[in-house]
Amino acid sequence: MEGSRTLAADTDTTGLLPRGAGYSLRNWFNRRGWRNIIIASPYVWLLAFFLLPFLIVIAMSLATRAGTSPPFAFADTWPYVDFGNIARLFEDPVYVRAYLTSIYNAGIATALCLLLGYPMALAITRVRGTWRNIFLLLVILPFWTSFLLRVYAWIGLMGANSWFNKFLTAFINVLVPADMALRSIPMMNTNFAVVLVMVYSYLPFMILPLYANLERLDGTLNEAAMDLGSKPWQVFRDVTLPLSLPGIIAGGLLVFIPASGEVIIPSLVGDASDPMIGRVINDEFSAARDWPMASAVAVALLFMLVVPMMLYHRFESRAQAGSEVKS
Amino acid sequence: MGTVASHNGELTGAAQPFLRIDAVTKKFGGFTAVDNVSIDVRKGELFSLLGGSGCGKTTLLRVLAGFETPSLGRVIIDGQDVTDLPPYERPVNMMFQSYALFPHMSVEKNVGYGLKHEAMSDTGRRDRVRHMLDLVQLTELSGRKPHQLSGGQRQRVALARALAKQPKLLLLDEPLGALDKKLRERTQFEIMNIQDKTGITFVVVTHDQEEAMTLSTRIAVMDKGIVRQIGTPTEIYEYPRNRFVAGFIGSINQFEGAVADSANGSTAVDLPAVGGRVRVSHKAPPPPGAKVMIAVRPEKIVITRNKPSNAVNAFKGRVQDLGYFGKDSLYRVKLASGVLVTANSVNARRAGEHERIATWEDEVWLSFDPSSAILLMD
Amino acid sequence: MNRHPLFLFSCLCFGFAFFYIPILSMIFFSFNKSRLATVWGGFSIQWYGKLLSDGQIIKAAVLSLEIALLSATFATILGTMAGISLARFKRFRGSTFFSGLVTAPLVMPEVITGISSLMLFIFMAQWIGWPGQRGFTTITIAHITFSMTYVATIVQSRLSSMDLSIEEAAMDLGSKPWQVLKDVTLPIIFPAILSGWLLAFTISLDDVVITSFTTGPGATTLPILIWSKVRLGVTPDINALATLIIVVVGLGVALAGYLMYRVEKQRQRDMQIAVAANQ
Repeated sequence: MEGSRTLAADTDTTGLLPRGAGYSLRNWFNRRGWRNIIIASPYVWLLAFFLLPFLIVIAMSLATRAGTSPPFAFADTWPYVDFGNIARLFEDPVYVRAYLTSIYNAGIATALCLLLGYPMALAITRVRGTWRNIFLLLVILPFWTSFLLRVYAWIGLMGANSWFNKFLTAFINVLVPADMALRSIPMMNTNFAVVLVMVYSYLPFMILPLYANLERLDGTLNEAAMDLGSKPWQVFRDVTLPLSLPGIIAGGLLVFIPASGEVIIPSLVGDASDPMIGRVINDEFSAARDWPMASAVAVALLFMLVVPMMLYHRFESRAQAGSEVKS
Repeated sequence: MGTVASHNGELTGAAQPFLRIDAVTKKFGGFTAVDNVSIDVRKGELFSLLGGSGCGKTTLLRVLAGFETPSLGRVIIDGQDVTDLPPYERPVNMMFQSYALFPHMSVEKNVGYGLKHEAMSDTGRRDRVRHMLDLVQLTELSGRKPHQLSGGQRQRVALARALAKQPKLLLLDEPLGALDKKLRERTQFEIMNIQDKTGITFVVVTHDQEEAMTLSTRIAVMDKGIVRQIGTPTEIYEYPRNRFVAGFIGSINQFEGAVADSANGSTAVDLPAVGGRVRVSHKAPPPPGAKVMIAVRPEKIVITRNKPSNAVNAFKGRVQDLGYFGKDSLYRVKLASGVLVTANSVNARRAGEHERIATWEDEVWLSFDPSSAILLMD
Repeated sequence: MNRHPLFLFSCLCFGFAFFYIPILSMIFFSFNKSRLATVWGGFSIQWYGKLLSDGQIIKAAVLSLEIALLSATFATILGTMAGISLARFKRFRGSTFFSGLVTAPLVMPEVITGISSLMLFIFMAQWIGWPGQRGFTTITIAHITFSMTYVATIVQSRLSSMDLSIEEAAMDLGSKPWQVLKDVTLPIIFPAILSGWLLAFTISLDDVVITSFTTGPGATTLPILIWSKVRLGVTPDINALATLIIVVVGLGVALAGYLMYRVEKQRQRDMQIAVAANQ
């Protein structure tokens, strides 16, 4: 069964050797079949169930709404497609506003996650031994419990009658003059609530990549900087911060991209009159049954996020490469 | 030299020590890494801390740098007590074992990093950086980043960076450890030249005896946090003061024995291993009956086919092992008592294998001069 | 050296308070006697009783568990394959594109993935007649698709930090590449595969958006049920449900952490024994 293959080719697991050299199909399967199956199985699955759907959505965005079931139809004449949905995206201010609100909220949430998450990640790297694992576990634990329920927990706190709201109101009332006293703080159904809950939900996604990056940094670099005259804050500015930039970018994108398309948080605690784009898509889909329009909105969101997603992929693979090479 | 080094390393005499390590102790919990160490270093010296892993030399270095605060004792540099100063306020710079080059900065920025805190003009800084790069011969590579450099080049950048601020004291942590043999030899001389040129006081930490012996003006041999001996390379090698130092540096033959008598600077010692009595010269011999250890370096033992006619200390043995190194030959000779003695003989005459002094299984005579023997008590 | 310890640790404490106050409040109010979920009316465990006897909830929970088990297992198999492909078979045709395909679902907003999955199933139903009814199968397929990318990332990361010379030694001793994979690589990265499975399981159990798009009549998972209830407002029985989930998951994570701690301590003890024996 072995034939005239070279040993190198037979044991080559890197795939660097050129294909060709006249293999028959059976030869192919016997030699490298197992390897190709391993590559092909997930590849084919993702192509079929991840990529193909996108192409369909893009196609759907060019259809029109119809009374049929499923509720869409293509035009009968060339070019069979209708750009009306795409046009509505630009013309109807609701959509433009929703995109802007989404980017705005996601951006602020990302910035706040960074502001709170960076010191937390840094603090965890300073802790030794068992305590470090305990802290990491505490950071991960909320992530493993239900996302939905954690949002729900905040609804409980933000309602006008909750102990939290009453506590904060009393606190504020102490600080402001009597004529500006509040009965309660209007937290629910505002953009403020959306940003707050997004920070709450996405904070672990910022902390973990940051921690992974900071943890891998060489401690002797800090010592070298101090030896050369830098005070601790200067060491942070000159050494720690620049070298943690990949982690900041990876963490930031890991928060920003999904946050901009968030559905649950704006639906539960957001402002119905100023919705985020995810909520718009969901509402358009289920309530209005306008699948082509929802598809168009989704496609537009996808195109907006392509560049950030490619950036994320680049930084993530750079981080992977960093863990392979020994410095 | 004008000063005399006493047993525990304190310099006496007119010159005040440039660096004084005064009874420094460093404990980590219950573990004492550095135990009451006192060392004086002169200005312009290249001083080495030599020892195996865990002997405390690196901890002591970090105390000098400021990364550890001593549990007891003080560190005084050029008259200034720096014990409580953080690393960024000391006139001390360090070359790290792993070089610790900033990966996101070019060579030029690395070398110039410390100068940001000095009161200099921008031109002044650039000139200093260039001067430093010239000193280590890396001028053309100033724009490169560390990952684009070879190991030897990175080391030179680390050295240049540590010298840039012209510190009073330069600390080097295992400077030659990561280099291959040829590069190590070359770099040894480069370091000595640079030290000569700049006149800065160097303190080097190393576990490599050859490195310490070649580089240093004086060496402190450390073991388990204690300084065993301080001296010049010659003093350490030829006149070790205790068994540890004798056995640590190079190879040595050790024989247990008891003093028989002493007269006119010549002491007779009974060595059961040799099967007789040997005479050693020692200035202040211990009284008769005292248990001592006689140590002789292999190169001081003469190996001959026939009994040497006028040798004071001579004994027979059989060649068990033979190692030919080209320039010299190493013989392991088994004595009647079963003890193995190592003798090293330079191949001074060009000779073929059959003309050698001895080969396996041959009976030979070993002898050494009384002044070649080291008499140790502890 | 600890620089700015006070500032960093107050941030840490604030952060953890931020994390846990809402959860603790929810747990606290699950024992509330009164129906108002935000005003304390006395201690009671009635809501837990109601919860456990609610058939709808039990049915939804069982469905969620089934889907999670199935999708986690397949996602782990496919994801491990993907991780191995990316880490070991470095440059095959289209590998960059594949790598992008694997990263994309991690960051993509779920609403986009959800809509596109639904579109796929609808078009498939039109073209080839399957799936006739959306539900268990379609949900599972969608979950497998995005879960496998999480597993792939974990496996790939673990593989790239693994010492290659172990595999080379195995080949040197005569094992063919697939045997090396089976006998050496997979056992070593097994903890990573296991944590990938757990992650896929949790994600599937918790998913709302994608599930809501790919589900059909009769297939109500627990998150979907909670989603519809939550929209109506805060009620103590949801508090009770949340508390149960959090406690169960918390115990699970704590147990896993404790087991890892024990394994690590044992390893250290073994190493110390070896070092001591050497001296």
